[in-house]
Order: sequence, then structure tokens, then C-alpha cells
Amino acid sequence: MIPERLLNWVVFAGLLAVPLWAIVADEPFTITLVTRAVILAIAAVGLNIALGIGGLVSLGHAVFFGLGGYAMGILAYHAQTYTSLDLFGLSLAGTKSMPIIWLVAVVVSALAAWVIGLLSLRTSGVYFIMITLAFGQMFYYFAISWSTYGGEDGLSIYVRNGFPGLNTLVPIQFFGLCFALLCIVLFLNARLQNAPFGLALNAARQVPTRVETVGLNPMRLKLVAFVISGAITGLAGALFADLNRFVSPTMFNWQLSGELIVLIIIGGVGRLYGPVVGACLFVALEHWLGALTEFWHVYLGLILLVIVLFARGGIIGLLTGKEGAHV
Amino acid sequence: MSEPILATRNLRKNFGALTATDDVSIDLRAGEIHAIIGPNGAGKSTLIAQICGGLRPDSGSVHLLGRDVTADNTQARAQAGLGRTFQISALAMEDSVLENVVLGALGSSGNPWRFWSRALSDTSLTAKADAALERVGLIEHRNTRCAELSHGQRRQLEVAVALTLSPKAFVMDEPMAGLGAEGSKLLTAFLDQLRSEAPILLVEHDMDAVFALADRISVLVYGQVIATGTVDEIRQSRAVREAYLGEEA
Repeated sequence: MIPERLLNWVVFAGLLAVPLWAIVADEPFTITLVTRAVILAIAAVGLNIALGIGGLVSLGHAVFFGLGGYAMGILAYHAQTYTSLDLFGLSLAGTKSMPIIWLVAVVVSALAAWVIGLLSLRTSGVYFIMITLAFGQMFYYFAISWSTYGGEDGLSIYVRNGFPGLNTLVPIQFFGLCFALLCIVLFLNARLQNAPFGLALNAARQVPTRVETVGLNPMRLKLVAFVISGAITGLAGALFADLNRFVSPTMFNWQLSGELIVLIIIGGVGRLYGPVVGACLFVALEHWLGALTEFWHVYLGLILLVIVLFARGGIIGLLTGKEGAHV
Repeated sequence: MSEPILATRNLRKNFGALTATDDVSIDLRAGEIHAIIGPNGAGKSTLIAQICGGLRPDSGSVHLLGRDVTADNTQARAQAGLGRTFQISALAMEDSVLENVVLGALGSSGNPWRFWSRALSDTSLTAKADAALERVGLIEHRNTRCAELSHGQRRQLEVAVALTLSPKAFVMDEPMAGLGAEGSKLLTAFLDQLRSEAPILLVEHDMDAVFALADRISVLVYGQVIATGTVDEIRQSRAVREAYLGEEA
């Protein structure tokens, strides 16, 4: 059995080595593929904070992914059409600057997560799942009917947004940017998990009554976790839209929320690198199996079934020989 | 007579036609162990829930340190100084013993909003946690996962978590439940010491422990307190014998 720390480093090194190999071998598409995996991993790391530590099974995280995407799309659309964005009587200019777009994506997603969390956390279990799903669908249908920004067709952005000092159109440079953000998010997650907040949240998942009797508010802990979670997934959404230079209502689709949960379960719920492993496997399967058959989701389903039945700790649990994340 | 640390006044709780708590007024005074006994279904758990904040009474009030806390929730009562242990251990089973006790220390610090520092490297938390583990005799198990503890050790851990809160009053729901003779004896000796720190409202089925520990006993039958008194008074009370000890008077 492999120690988890070593396994994490192997995954980390692999994620860095594949694109570097791709440069040498002149395979730019592979870089794009790995970038896609990295972005999905960021989104899933975000969800894993709510799901893995807080025990909040959110089937609505596509909301934040989509909000991040639309934050990018709307800002870049106004910049590329030289129109102003009129909001609350203010006339704002669009922007093609990634740092500003990321900031907007994070703030908007965090706000949405706060409102959705405040309402959803009154329930638990299957009702929580259904309410988050309902919010997801509300945003999805809103985006479809929002003709200002392309409605069902979405928005195309002609040139990828810029980052000071980098040429983001070069695949490896954009990959580097996304990879750096994944590292930051993983580091934040690791700190948070071992911090007093993480300890209290972890207990709030297992025994909320105990958390109350020591004078802490389990619901407030979960709400803060949900907000952090949503903000990170929102950031991933902005990156995802930039990768494709396209944003459409499908980013709000509940299928995406489901896929995020699935890839976390495959990788390992509550594990730091669980979402990363899951995202890599998901993108690899999507690429290779997707080339063979249109019905590649069947195989994904089989893998999920095997993992849920025989390896509850996901791939990381299987390789490290530990079933639970907190063992 | 000094003011009670913890008191209920005319508590009443109905579940439909059933009166689970019927006009219950009890006091917990400084330095005492006040035991509540009664047959199954007498309403002991319902009473505890109302005292600790999990259940709202239909009428009546709960007072902690002279303050009316009836409208406060569980958290607020914990912050005000109520330390509770559960009949069925409520512990984070996946976490270590230390983490469970540090949670208590964190609760008593009142600030879980720290996202960066390592909780287990914070000596203000771990010192308090270790002190509590030392007192209940679990210090050598501090890194054991809670799920691997024996039943008795979990009972000890329950008490340790309550200790970290430095409460003004303890409410213990059957702390002896499921303990062996040896375990009961040890815990009895421990609670005997503990009463000088903060008084204990003790719900317990183990009559040996109750008679050994209690300064006063209240007998609860069908939601009503039928008698309150010293151990001897309760032993000799005709009403108690009839209703509870099951003897023909």
C-alpha cells in the first residue's frame, strides 16, 4: 500500500509532467486536455469542501460553475463589443483581464452560495439535495431565456482573456496559470481542513448535536463551508469558460453538478487529492472512451458502481489501503 | 439558602394527550449532586432535553445562574455554562480522542473561525484538552480513533468533553449506562470529586451509584416529581416505594 502523501506527490508530478512531455512531443491538444482536467479538479476541490468535510451533498454546484462562466462571458462580451454593462444605474466597462474576472466570479459565486446555503441548510439529507438541485435548474432556465447574453446559444469570446505578463493563448502558459490556481486552492483546502474551522466542520458533519452542546453553531459552520466551496467552484467556472472561449447554459446544467459528485466519489470523498484524481480519470475516460463510443458514460457508471460497492474510499482509498478519509 | 445554579420552574410539556413533563420544579444547588430517578417512560429524557435546550417546554421556565434561559437554544445554554453528557455517546467517531476534546476546548474559546492555523498545534486548545483527558484517565489514548475505544472509554470521553467547557453546572444523562462494575466504581469516585467544581444534575438508573453519590434525589413518575429529598428520605418514602421501587407498602 502506498502512503497517501507519496501518492499525492505522484499525482502532482504527473499532472505537471504530462503537459511538459506534450510540449516536447508537440501535442498541444494533450495540454488542453490536461488543462481541462485541472479546471474540473478546481471545481471539484471546491465541492469537496462542502461534501467531503461538511457532508453537504449539493446537487447544485453547477450554479457556481455557471456563475463563474457567465461572469467571464459577460465581462469579456462587453469588452469585445465595446459596450457598457449597465448595473444598478451604474455604467461599467467590460474587461479582458483575468484577475478582475476571477475576482468577480469568486464574489458573485460566494454571494449566491450564501443565499442558497441560507435557504437550503434549513433542510438536510434528501431535501437538501433536492433544494440545491432546484436552485440549479432555476439558474439553468434563467440563462436559457436570457437573450441579452445569447440565451440558449451562449456567448462566444473571440480572444482568450489576458493575464499580466503571460500570453494566455499559448496552451502551456494557460495551463500553468490554471495549475498554479489548483495548487493554491489545494493548499487552502489543506490548511482549512486542519484548522479549528475544519475540525469543527468535520464534527458538525458527524455529530451536530455534540457541536451544539459545546456552544458552536453547526449550521453556521456549514454555511461558511458552503460559501467557500461555491466561491472556489465559481473560480473554476471562469477558467472553464476561458478555456473554451465559450459560455452557455450547459454550464448550469445539473448533469455537471452530478459529474462533480461522481468524480469526487471516484477519486475519494474528503481526501485532499480525491477530486484531482477523479477529474483526471474523468477527462481521460471522456477522451479515450468517448472516441470509441458515444455511450462512454456507461463505462463511467460501471466504474462508479464498482467503487461504491467495493472501494468506498475511492481510488485514493484503494491505493492507500484506507477506507475512510479521516482514518 | 443560596440561589440555585440551575432550576426549572413549573415545566410542562405535552405530546398530544400525553403529559411528558407535568409541572416540574427542581433545583440544583452549588456543590451538590441532585439525582433524578424514575421508571422507564417517566419523562427523564424529555426533562433533560428541555433543560439543555433541545426541546421547548409548553409552559414554565429554565433558569441558569439566576437568568431565564428558556428562550435560548442549546448553543447559548452551553455558552452560558451548561455542560452536558449524553446517554448514547455523541462523539465524532472518525476523529481521534484528542480531536473530540479539542472540539470542546474550541467551543469554550467561542471562536471556530480560524482557517489557517493548525488546531492540534494550538497549545491553548490542546493544553485544555490534555488536562481534561488526564483527569478522566484517557491521556494515553489521546491519539486513538474514537471508534476504537471501548464503551466505557467513550463514557469517559463524554465527561472529558464536558470538562473542557469548565461548565457552571453539569447535566449527565445516564453516565453509568453500560459500564461494568469496575467502571461504575471509578466514575462514581470521579463524580464525587467533581461536585465541588460544579454541581451535577444526574439522571441515572444505577441505584448503587445514585445512593452513593446523591445529596438529594427527585423521583419522577408519569412526568411528575412525586418526591424530593435526601437519600434516606427517599428510601423511606411510602409514595416512592409504591410508585417506583415496586414494593407493596
